[in-house]
Amino acid sequence: MSGASNLDRATSRQGWSRFVLIGGVLLVTALVIGAPVVAVFSQALSKGLGYALESLAHPDTRAAIWLSVTVAIVVVPINTVFGIAAAWAIAKFRFPGRKLLLAIVELPFSVSPIVAGISYLFVYGGQGLFGPWLEAHDLKIMFALPGIILATTFVTAPFVARELIPLMQLQGNGDEEVAATLGARGWQTFFRVTLPNIRWGLLYGVVLCNARVLGEFGAVSIVSGNIRGETNTLPLHVELLYHDYNAAGAFAAAAVLTLVALVTLLVKTLMERVIRSA
Amino acid sequence: MRRLPVVTAAVLFALGALPAFAEAPSSILNASYDVSRELFVAVNKEYAAKYLKDTGKTLEIKQSHAGSSKQARSILEGLDADVVTFNQATDVQVLADKGFVAANWSEKFPHGASPFYSLPVFLVRAGNPKGIKDWNDLVRDDVKLVFPNPKTSGNARYTYLAATAYAKEAFGNDEAKVNEFVKKFLANVAVFDTGGRAATTTFVEREIGDVLITFETETTGIRKEFGTDKFDAVVPSVSLLADFPVAVVDKVAEKRGSTEIATDYLNFLYSPEGQTILAENGNRVRDEAVAKKFAASFQPVRLVTVDEVFGGWPAVNKTYFGSDGLLDQQLAGQ
Repeated sequence: MSGASNLDRATSRQGWSRFVLIGGVLLVTALVIGAPVVAVFSQALSKGLGYALESLAHPDTRAAIWLSVTVAIVVVPINTVFGIAAAWAIAKFRFPGRKLLLAIVELPFSVSPIVAGISYLFVYGGQGLFGPWLEAHDLKIMFALPGIILATTFVTAPFVARELIPLMQLQGNGDEEVAATLGARGWQTFFRVTLPNIRWGLLYGVVLCNARVLGEFGAVSIVSGNIRGETNTLPLHVELLYHDYNAAGAFAAAAVLTLVALVTLLVKTLMERVIRSA
Repeated sequence: MRRLPVVTAAVLFALGALPAFAEAPSSILNASYDVSRELFVAVNKEYAAKYLKDTGKTLEIKQSHAGSSKQARSILEGLDADVVTFNQATDVQVLADKGFVAANWSEKFPHGASPFYSLPVFLVRAGNPKGIKDWNDLVRDDVKLVFPNPKTSGNARYTYLAATAYAKEAFGNDEAKVNEFVKKFLANVAVFDTGGRAATTTFVEREIGDVLITFETETTGIRKEFGTDKFDAVVPSVSLLADFPVAVVDKVAEKRGSTEIATDYLNFLYSPEGQTILAENGNRVRDEAVAKKFAASFQPVRLVTVDEVFGGWPAVNKTYFGSDGLLDQQLAGQ
């Protein structure tokens, strides 16, 4: 009798603490993630859908969106190839300097983007290391598209590699060794065995990398020069519109970035399911 | 291997890194401070139309906006701006010190190369519930202030110096009393944000404080954006003149062959048409006829300058804003 009532009490206490914990997490999630997302869209639509669409159609905003897309088109493939190569080397081989390579790959995660931007300025800027040479040859890297691409590439470099390394380590070298004993050459092994094995993890990394490329602010802010309609990426444009007391326009542009984030989240969730069932 | 330079050139070409050719340019770049976009959109439209009429050619005026210290830094590092239109003389001086701008830049255009000016004024909540009229109301115990940190914001440096200038007049240069006044003034600040826009957000959206002190142009913009019925602007008896200096960036303009256009563009700001656009955007202007036309929009005020009261910016920076300067001492022990 008394045992059963103890159990009851224990269960009800557990029920309470479960309720409080889950409720707390939901509350924090609503306040920290839910409310800001709702705010972005409600602010974007505060002057009506027509105004939001109109501000997105503004030449400067269109140029900003197009610039961000251009940067993604260049940077994501570079970092995908780099990420696969780095992960392949680190996960499948043992060589001196492997730990160092891993540290270098992860470096951008631990460096503040703004520091990255400033260091590029110190190297390629007018007062920088190669600045005078670049100027003498009329080559423009800083405050133009090449600088933005350079800075974004650095900041988003680890995403693909970071996804692939644990996956490749887990898979080991077994499949590749079998392929080799059956007479496959290096590239054959890579395209027919390694790549298919990592395809979902790779896609996952690419999606994350892409989201970060579109959202990057700090490093790009330093090297962009903020020329409207020319070197202003979408996140920079959001800030500038906000400074113009054009809150509705700023949030309309922010809503585009938020939509990209939501789509990324959706794709990421779907892929996690696929990876788990694979 | 010999093909490598060709490949590099092709890649850079594809990335849009082509050099600007030194023939009569079809565009110029104006590097400006961060909240000047609306103003220069209007100016550029008018100037481009005039240029087309005068020369039969189209001219694109590109705009870059950021804090003017950051802009100066970017130009030193290679941002190819033909002209600068800043809100801090010290930031133009940085360019002059490095040889990007003529050493005598402030004499190249009328009125110290400042085609318009503004001043710190007060923005209070509708109906002015605390009855704020002048600087001495801001040191009352029941009044809370909002303005950015003078350590990081040019806007706030003017506010701080304007309050000091008022106190210097009120107490006949009695340093102890001036110091006490400014100390109380700083103690009444509810939030020190890093920049002007952040301070606006604190006052307008978080509804903190009774008085926001910022440039008159800003108060015009705020009332336009958030509603003239929500806030009143109060112009004190005396305030500090804030120059908005302009200059041709010679080093860039000579390279691009744009010196003539750049100079003409800046001169346009002094023309009646240019001055009208500036006044329409809440700036006080130099042209007397235009100033008269807009007299109703600008309350009369007595203005003093940094040169008159404090003996110029280098002296100010040393005495007030340097490490362990007067500002540090006044902020300490609060």
